Amino acid sequence: MRRLPRKDAVIIGLGWTGAIMGYELCQAGLQVVALERGPWRDTASDFNIGTAPDELRYGIRGELFVNNSQDTVTARNTLDQVALPIRKWGSFLPGNGVGGAGVHWNGHTWRFLPSDFNIRSHYLERYGEGIFPENHMIQDWGVSYDELEPYYDKFEYLAGISGQAGNIKGQIQPGGNPFEGWRSRAYPTPPLKGQHAQDIFTKAATELGFKPFPLPSANMSQAYTNPLGVTLAPCSYCGFCERFGCANYSKSSPQTTILPVLMRHPGFEARVQCEVVRVLKSADGKTATGVVYVDAQGEEYEQPADLVIMAAYQLWNVRLMLYSGIGKPYDPSSGEGVVGKNYAYQANSAVNGFFDNTHAFNHWAGAGSLGTTADEYNGDNFDHGGLNFVGGANINCTSFHARAISARPVPPGTPRWGSAWKKATRDNYNITANVGSQGSVMSFRDNYLDLDPTYKDRLGRPLLRMTFDFKPNEERMSAYVTEKMVPIMRAMGAKQIVATPKKGPWNVVPYQTTHNTGGAVMGDNPRTSAINKYLQVWDMPNVFVLGASAFPQNAGYNPTGTVGALTYHAADAIINQYLKNPGQPLVQA
Amino acid sequence: MRAPSLKAGLLAAATGLAALTLGPAPEAAPDNFDAVERGRYLVILGDCVACHMNPNGNHDGSQGFVGGRPIETPFGLIATPNITPDRGTGIGTWSADEFYRAMHEGIRPGGARLYPAFPYTYFTKMTRGDVDSIYAYLNTLEPVHNPVDRNTLPFPFNIRASMLAWNAMFFEPGEFRPDPNRSPEWNRGAYIVEGPAHCGACHTPKNMLGGDRNSEHFAGGPLQGWFAASITNDQRLGLGSWSIDEIVEYLKTGRNARSAASGPMAEVVEYSTGLMTDADLRAIAVYLKEPPQPAPASPARTPVAATDDRMKIGEAIYTDRCMACHTGGGQGVPNMFPRLAGSQVVQQEGSETVLRVVMQGVRAAYTPHAPTSPAMPAFAWRLNDDQVAAVTTYIRNAWGNAAPAVSPGDAAHMRRLLEDRP
Repeated sequence: MRRLPRKDAVIIGLGWTGAIMGYELCQAGLQVVALERGPWRDTASDFNIGTAPDELRYGIRGELFVNNSQDTVTARNTLDQVALPIRKWGSFLPGNGVGGAGVHWNGHTWRFLPSDFNIRSHYLERYGEGIFPENHMIQDWGVSYDELEPYYDKFEYLAGISGQAGNIKGQIQPGGNPFEGWRSRAYPTPPLKGQHAQDIFTKAATELGFKPFPLPSANMSQAYTNPLGVTLAPCSYCGFCERFGCANYSKSSPQTTILPVLMRHPGFEARVQCEVVRVLKSADGKTATGVVYVDAQGEEYEQPADLVIMAAYQLWNVRLMLYSGIGKPYDPSSGEGVVGKNYAYQANSAVNGFFDNTHAFNHWAGAGSLGTTADEYNGDNFDHGGLNFVGGANINCTSFHARAISARPVPPGTPRWGSAWKKATRDNYNITANVGSQGSVMSFRDNYLDLDPTYKDRLGRPLLRMTFDFKPNEERMSAYVTEKMVPIMRAMGAKQIVATPKKGPWNVVPYQTTHNTGGAVMGDNPRTSAINKYLQVWDMPNVFVLGASAFPQNAGYNPTGTVGALTYHAADAIINQYLKNPGQPLVQA
Repeated sequence: MRAPSLKAGLLAAATGLAALTLGPAPEAAPDNFDAVERGRYLVILGDCVACHMNPNGNHDGSQGFVGGRPIETPFGLIATPNITPDRGTGIGTWSADEFYRAMHEGIRPGGARLYPAFPYTYFTKMTRGDVDSIYAYLNTLEPVHNPVDRNTLPFPFNIRASMLAWNAMFFEPGEFRPDPNRSPEWNRGAYIVEGPAHCGACHTPKNMLGGDRNSEHFAGGPLQGWFAASITNDQRLGLGSWSIDEIVEYLKTGRNARSAASGPMAEVVEYSTGLMTDADLRAIAVYLKEPPQPAPASPARTPVAATDDRMKIGEAIYTDRCMACHTGGGQGVPNMFPRLAGSQVVQQEGSETVLRVVMQGVRAAYTPHAPTSPAMPAFAWRLNDDQVAAVTTYIRNAWGNAAPAVSPGDAAHMRRLLEDRP
C-alpha cells in the first residue's frame, strides 16, 4: 500500500455534500482531496442534449446509479427473516459518480418544519407520551430550525431555487406555504410556470379550503447566477430530470452550481474511481488519521488527512463507519449502540385520476419539481389528537414527465399487455393526473442497518443489511392523508379515482423513493446519537458525517434542502470553531 | 490569432556545444523587479502562452513557455519554440539585442528568418523598453530543457530565406507612433491592438501568401477551420452595435449578453484578455470603436427568403434541436447560450465558424468572472450534410439576419476538415 502526502482534509464522495464542504474548506485555505468511487461526470462531456434524454439508457437501465455488480445491499422486513441481496435496484436508486444523486434528482427542495426538528419534545408537550407508537425511537435532532435557517438560505441561493415564499421573517406571504418556518428572504428565483394539472389542482384545493403554493424547485424558472458566479439556464420543461443528468444547465446539481469553480480551486483535488475501504484510526482509537482507498486498477493507497469528511450516500456512510469501527454498532435486541440505528424511509401515496377528453394534461412538458403543494396535513400542521399516529405528508400535484416507456397510466383492470393495453394507453395517456403525498417515516427499534452475515462485495467486505418495514404508524398516517387527497381529485373533475395509500410490507422491487435516511443520526447526546449537531462524530472529533444519514427520523418532505442546510451548518462550525482548536469536540457530551 | 512560430530552434549540434562550453550561468539577482513585472504583464498582452505552452495543456510557470505546440498555418504546421531561458533548447543564450531583433525584425540570432506565424509583424510596433521587459521576465523563468523540431513545414515553405522576399512585400518594421490628435486612452488601445495583442493576426484577412490584406483591416477571414469574425465598426458584421462596456465585458469574462468566446478566441480570453487590466480593455474597446480609418461599410445583403425550402427545413431542425437553449426567437440566454439574432459571428461571409460550432460543438471560455463554461454539443453525428446546411442557412437568415446560404458541399468540406481536428 502506497502512502500519499498528507492533506488537510479528505472527503469521501463528491456529491452535493462533498462538493459544498470541499468548496467551503478550500475557501478557508485548506488543502482538500475528494475521493469519488464513481466516474467523472459533467454537463459538457456527459449530458449531451442528443443523448441525455435517453429513457432506456438512463431511466430503465439506470446508467447513473451504482452498478449492482459492483455494490449493493441486502434487505429484509423483519428480524426473523434472512436478508437477500438486491440484484437490481428497485425501491430506491443510489447515485454513482461525481455529483452523486444530485445529478439525477427531480429537484424538490424543501425546508423541514420547525417542529420536525424537536418532534419528540413537541409531540410530548402537545399530546403526551401516549401519542408515540410502540417501539418507536423518535428523538429530537439536537439542532433547531432557527439555527439552521441561515444555512437553508445559503443552500437555496447556491442552487437558485425557484419558489414562492410563505413566511418572510414571520410575515405570511400570499401564495406561499403559510405553514413553513420563517425565512430571511424570498426564494432566489420565481416559481416555475404551472401546467393544466396544477391549475385545476390549485382551483380545487382552494375551494376545499387548502392553501396551495408552488413546489420549491431546483429546476430553474429563469437564468440564475449564484454567489459563486456559476450560471444556470432556464428550464425547458423537457421532463427528463429524475434518473437523468440535465443537458440544459437548468437543474441545480454540484455540476451546475459548484464544480466549475471548485475543480479549478488551487486547494482542491478530486480523484475519481477511487473507493474508500476504511477510515484509519490512531493507536488509541480516538482520532482518524486518514483513509485507505482502492483505485480503478485495484491499487491500494493510504491518504493521510487531519480531517475526514464522510460525504457518501446515506447507506454507504453508515457502512463505512461500521467497517472502520467508528461509533458503537447498534444492537436492536438491547437498543444499545448508535451506528445503524433509526433507519427510516418515506411513506408515499398516490391518488390517480382519469379524466374525460376535455382535459389535456401534456405532462411531457414537465419538470422534475413542477408542481403545486398543499401542506395542511404535513408534520404537526394539523391536530393529531385522537388520530393515533405521529407525522404527516405533503400533498403534491406534479407534472414531472410523460416519458414513453414508463408513463403508461391505465385504469385498474386493464390487461398488462396486448391490444387492450395499447388502446387503454392511447385513451388515457394525456387525460390522467396524479395527486401524491410525500409522507414521513418515524424511527423504530427494529428498523435499522448492520453488516450482513453472509453476503460480501467484490472487495470481500460484508454488504450492508437493511431491516425495514412500514409500521402501523405510517400506514395510519398515509391512509389519513390519502383520504384528504381524494376530494381534491374529485373536485378537479376526475371521472375515475384510484387511491393507493402506503401499506406494508416494504417491497424492494417497485420504485418508491430514494429518500433513505438515518443510521448515523445526529442528536444531543452520545448515548442516542452517533454525531452531534455539527455532524461531528461524538467520540472521534476529526470525523464529520454529512448527509441524510444524520436524520433521526424522516419528515414529510424530500430531504435535499435539509441535507444542504446541515452541510453548510457543519462547514461553518468546522471553519469558525473546530479549526481554531482542532481535534476537540464542538459539543461537550 | 496568436500564431507565433518563433523559430528560435537552434541546430541541435550547435546547442549541445553551447551547453557544454558555457555551462550554467551564474545566478544573479538583478534589481529589475519593475521590468520583470512589466514583462509579465506584457506577456499577457501578447498572449504568448497560447502558442508557447506545453502541448499537453499545462501552462503553469515555465510550462507556459516550453514550446512544441503545433500551430496550424495555410502552409503547414509549425511547432512553437521553447522560450524558457534554457541555454540548450530555449533562449538562454540570447542577448537583449538579439531578442529585440527577433521581435522587431523577425530575425533570430545567427540571421535565420522567422515565419510570420510568429507575429513579429505586429511585435515590431512595441517599444524597445517593452521588449526588454519581456526579455527580463522570460529570463526569470525556470529553464526547461525541451528540444522542439522547428522545421516541419513542407517544401518550398521550409526555405526560410524566402521570408526575405515576403518581408519586402508585406512587412514594415517600425515602432508604434502615437497620434497626437487622439486621447492617451485611444493611443494605448492602438498600441495594444496593433502591437503586442496582434489582433490582426487573426482578424485581418490574409492574401495568398499569408500577408495581411491591409485594405480589409480587421474585416475577418478564414482561419484554422474557423472564420475569425470581423472586428471593424460595421453594424451588421462587426462591433458597430456593441457598446464599449459590452466589448470590455466580452474580453474580460469571455461572455456578454450577445455572445460567448469559443474556439481560438476562448484561448485568447483565457490566457490574455481575461487577465488584462480594466483600463487596458477599455482602451482596446475605445480604439476598436474609433478606428483610424473607418472600414468600408459591408454590402447590404438580402436574406435568403423565408419561403425557400432550405429555410423551412432549417427552421424545423432549429425548432427540434436548437430552440431549447437558443430560444424561439434566436435570443439565447445572456451569459449562457449566445444570441443568434443579430449575431456577428453567425452572419460572417464565411460559414466556417457556424459550421464548425454546429458540427463539432464547442465550449465557451472559462474565466474566473464567468466560470460556468457551458458547452454546445456536437451535431455532426446526428445531422447529415443537407440538414447541417439547412439549419445553418436558417440561423444565418432568420430574425433579421442575412448571410450567404450554406451548401451541403460546405458542410461536407467541414466534415472532412474535422476528421483531422478532433
